[in-house]
Amino acid sequence: MIFSNILIYFVVIPLVMLGLLFLCRDMKQIRTVAVVGSSALVALSVYLTVDFLQLRAAGVNDIMLYTGSWMWFRPLNIHLAVGVDGISVVMLLLSSIIVFAGSFASWKITPLPKDFFLWLILLSTGVFGFFISIDLFTMFMFYEVALIPMYLLIGLWGTGRKEYSAMKLTLMLMGGSAFLMLGILGIYYHSAPEGGQLTMNLLEIRANDAIDHNWQYFLFPMTFVGFGVLGAMFPFHTWSPDGHASAPTAVSMLHAGVLMKLGGYGCFRVAIYLMPFAANELAWIFLILTGISVVYGAFSACVQTDLKYINAYSSVSHCGLVLFAILMLNTTAMTGAVMQMLSHGLMTALFFALIGMIYGRTHTRDIRLMGGLMKIMPFLAVCYVIAGMASLGLPGLSGFVAEMTIFVGSFQHADMFHRVFTIVACCSIVITAVYILRVVGKLLFGPVYDEHHLSLTDATWWERLSTITLIVCVAAIGCFPNFFSDLIHNATLPIIDALTK
Amino acid sequence: MDYSQFLVMHQEIGLLVLILLVFLYDTFGNTTASKGVSYLTICGFALVTLLGFVQPWFSETSSAFGGMYATSPVMGSIKNILNIGVLIVLIQAMQWADSDYMRIRRGEFYELLLMTLLGMYFMISARHFLLFIIGLETASLPLAALVAFDKKHYESHEAAAKYILTAVFSSAIFLMGLSFVYGLSGTLYFSDIAAAMTNGGALLIVAIAFVIAGMGFKLSLVPFHLWTADVYQGAPTPVTSYLSVISKGAAAFSFFVIMVQVFGPFYGEIWEWMLYALIILTITVGNLFALRQKNLKRFLAFSSISQAGYIMLGVVAGSSLGLGSLMFYILVYIFSNLAAFGVIQAIENKTGKVDMDSYNNLYSTNPKLAFTMMLAMFSLAGIPPFAGFFSKFFIFSAAVQPGTPALYVLVLIALINTIISLYYYLLVVKAMFIKNQEPCVIEPFTSAVSEKVGMTVCVAGIILVGLASCIYDFLIQATRFFPEYIFTIFAN
Repeated sequence: MIFSNILIYFVVIPLVMLGLLFLCRDMKQIRTVAVVGSSALVALSVYLTVDFLQLRAAGVNDIMLYTGSWMWFRPLNIHLAVGVDGISVVMLLLSSIIVFAGSFASWKITPLPKDFFLWLILLSTGVFGFFISIDLFTMFMFYEVALIPMYLLIGLWGTGRKEYSAMKLTLMLMGGSAFLMLGILGIYYHSAPEGGQLTMNLLEIRANDAIDHNWQYFLFPMTFVGFGVLGAMFPFHTWSPDGHASAPTAVSMLHAGVLMKLGGYGCFRVAIYLMPFAANELAWIFLILTGISVVYGAFSACVQTDLKYINAYSSVSHCGLVLFAILMLNTTAMTGAVMQMLSHGLMTALFFALIGMIYGRTHTRDIRLMGGLMKIMPFLAVCYVIAGMASLGLPGLSGFVAEMTIFVGSFQHADMFHRVFTIVACCSIVITAVYILRVVGKLLFGPVYDEHHLSLTDATWWERLSTITLIVCVAAIGCFPNFFSDLIHNATLPIIDALTK
Repeated sequence: MDYSQFLVMHQEIGLLVLILLVFLYDTFGNTTASKGVSYLTICGFALVTLLGFVQPWFSETSSAFGGMYATSPVMGSIKNILNIGVLIVLIQAMQWADSDYMRIRRGEFYELLLMTLLGMYFMISARHFLLFIIGLETASLPLAALVAFDKKHYESHEAAAKYILTAVFSSAIFLMGLSFVYGLSGTLYFSDIAAAMTNGGALLIVAIAFVIAGMGFKLSLVPFHLWTADVYQGAPTPVTSYLSVISKGAAAFSFFVIMVQVFGPFYGEIWEWMLYALIILTITVGNLFALRQKNLKRFLAFSSISQAGYIMLGVVAGSSLGLGSLMFYILVYIFSNLAAFGVIQAIENKTGKVDMDSYNNLYSTNPKLAFTMMLAMFSLAGIPPFAGFFSKFFIFSAAVQPGTPALYVLVLIALINTIISLYYYLLVVKAMFIKNQEPCVIEPFTSAVSEKVGMTVCVAGIILVGLASCIYDFLIQATRFFPEYIFTIFAN
C-alpha cells in the first residue's frame, strides 16, 4: 500500500495544503493552513531523521531506506519510486525548516495572499518530491514542478525589474532542464545491458552499470549542465542575481535556500553517481567553471550596492563552492559539499528574510541610503551580523564547518591542478569577509543616514520566530557538526565506490 | 453479399444516422425559435461517442469491402479520441451557434461539421488509397464551407478561398504522387504496396515527396503552412478550434500509417532526412512566427504549427511506442488547445476581442477564465504536472528510441524549441496575471453554461489525462492490434 510509506507524506501534506488553501476565505485561514502544514512537515522530517538514525544504528546498511516503488507508466517502465539516504534526509530537513520560516516571513503578503501561498506550496511540493524520488522520471517531473511557480511568484509579487527577471529565470532554468531531459532519455535507453529490462530507477541503473563509456561522455555533460544551471554554475548563473533581487522575501528564501540545492543534489545523484567514468574524465572542465563561479561571484558581490544583489552574488559564490567540492570526487569534499548546501541554505534564507524585513521598513535596499540600523532595529541588526559571520566562516557557526571540510577534502588531491584551484577557491573566503564586513559596517554601525529611519520599529513576533528558527539551525550545525557529517559521510560512500571502481 | 460486414462500421453508421436526423430536424422541425437542433446534435453525438467505446476491445481486427476498410482497437481509439474532441467543440460552439446571427444556419453548421468527421473516420480506417482519398475529400471540402460561415466578415471569405485553393491543390499533389505509386507497384492496397514496389529510383523519390507534401498541407507542416494563419484568423472561432485539433489529429494518424506501412522500406534511403528537415523547419518556424503575434487566433495558429512538428516526432520513431505516443499527444493536445479556444470563444462572444493586449489583467476581472487559459498555456508548453508534460516526454522518448546520434540531435533541437515556445506561452500568462497596472478592458461577466461545461471538461482533461497512467498504457496496448503488424521496418 502506497500510504504505508512515510516518504509519500512529504508530497501528500503539501497537496492537502493546496486543497485546503483553495477553500480558504480570509487571511486568518490561509495563515492557519500554512503554519499548521509547514509545522507538520518539520515534525515529519525531524521524525524521519530520528528514525533513520535508529535504523542505521541498528545496522541496516542498504543504500536507500524506506524504499518503495509503484508502477506508473508501464510502456516506459516508469515507477513512482521513493527512497532516502543520509543526504536526502538532511535536504528534507533543510527544506521543511525553510518552508516553515518562509511561511512566517510572508505573514503580511499583499496582494492576493491566497494565490501567493498556493504557488509557494506548489513549489515546495516539487522540492520535497524531488528529494524523495529515486526514479529519474519522477525526479525530473518534480524538478520542473518546482521551477514554474517561480515565474508567477516573481512576476506578481516581486519588485524592481520583475517581469524581465521572472522571464529570464524561467527560460534559463527550463533551458537547463531541456538538456537534462535529453540526458535522462539517454540514460534510460542505456540503462540495461543488451536485451535487459530498461529502467529509470537510479539504484537499478547503478547496479546494471551498463552505460558505455562513449555514451557517458555525452550524457554526463548533458545532465551536469542541466542541473548545474540551477546550481548557478558559471556561465549559466546570470538568472540568479536578477531573479533573487526581484523575488519577494519568502521566494528568495526558498529559491536560494532550497531550490538551488536541487542543482547540486542532482549533479551528484544523477550525473556523477550514474556516470562515474565520465565524471572522472571530465571533472576538470567543470572544476574550472565552478572555480570561476566561486571567485567571480565573490568579487561581484563586493561592488554591488543593492543588498539583494550582494546576497545573490554571494549565493553564486557559495553554490559554486558546492559544485566545486562535488567535483573533487572524494568523500571529505563531498561531505563538505552537502554541509555547505545545508549551511548556505539556512544562512541565505536568513539573509533574504532579514533583507526583506529591512526593506519592508526602509523601502530601500541601497546600502548607500541606509546606515546605523543597529540603533534603530537592534534585533534585526544583530541577526544580520550573525548571518554575516556564518557566511564568512566564523567557527561555531555553520559556514566554518562546511568550508573547512571542503578545503581539507580538496587539498587531498596531490596534483598541481587541484592544488592551484583549491588555493584560488580559498581566496574567496577573504573576499567574502570583505563584502560582508563592508555591508555590516556601513549598514549597521555607521551613522544614521536618513532621519526618517529613526521612527522605524523593530521586528514583530512572526519575524522574530522566522529568524530565530534559522539562527538556531545555523548554530546547531556549527556546534554539532559531527551529527550531520556522519549522516552525510555514510551516504557519500556508495558514490565514491562507483567512482573508484 | 454479406451484409454483416456493415456492422463492422458501426461508428460510421451511427454518425451517418445522426447526420440524417439533424438534417431531417433542420428541414422539417421548427428550427429558428428553439435550441432543439443544438441539443439534438450534442446528445446524439454523445451517444455516438459512447457507441465507440462499446466495441469489443482487443478482439480480432475486422475488415469490410474486400479489405478496403478495416477497424481495430487502435483505429477505434483514435476515433474515440477525435470524438471526445468534437464533443467538446460542439458544446463550446453552442453559444455561438444559438446567437441571433447564426440561428437560421446552425443546422447546416452541425451537418457539415459532422460530415467532415465522417470523412476523417474513413481516412483512419482506410486500407486502400481509393477509400482514403474519398475520406480526405469528404473531410476537406465541407470545411471550406465552414470556414466561410461568418458571412458578414470579409476575412472569413478570404480564409475560405485560401483554404479551398490549398485543399484542392494539395489533393492534386497527393494524387499525382499516388499515381506514381500505382505505376510502380500496380496496387493501391496499403498492405501490398510495400512488397510489390520495385525500387523506382527517382520516380519513387518524387512519389514519396509528393505524398509527404500533400499530407504536409493538411498537417500544415512548414513549408506547406502558409494558409494556416490566415485561415485560423478568418474562420469563426469554433471552426478554428475544430481545424486546429480534430483535422490535425486525423491527418497525423493517417500520415503515420501511410508513411510507416506503405513507404517504410524506403525510410533509411529516401525519406528519413526529408522528415527530419520537415520537423526541424516546422517546429522552428512555427515557434519563431508565434513570438510576435498579437491576435490570439493567429498566435494559436503558429503554436499549432509547431505542435504538429512535435507530433511528427512520433512518425520518426515509427514504432508501436511512437504511434501510441502520437495518439496520446493528440489527446492531450485536444484538451489543451480546446481549453485555450474555449476561453477565446467565451470572451469573443461577449466582447468581440481577440487581441492579446485586451487580455491584460484579465485575472482581476475574470479569474476563472484566466486560470483556464493559464492551464492551457502550461499544458501546451509542456509543464508538469499538466498533461502536456507527459505527452512531450513520451513523444521525445519514442523519438530517441532507435538510438542513433542524429535522433538525439533532432530531439535536442526540439527541446530547445520548447524553451522558445515557453516564452510566448508565458507572454499570455504574463498579460493576464502580471500586467496588472491598468484595469482590464474586459468587464467581469458570466460565461454561458455550455461554455462552462466545455472548459471544465478541458481543465479536467489537462489535469487528469497525464497523471492517470492507464490511458497511455491503454493506447500503447492498442497499437499492438493493428490490422497487420506494420512496425517491422524500423530497428527494434
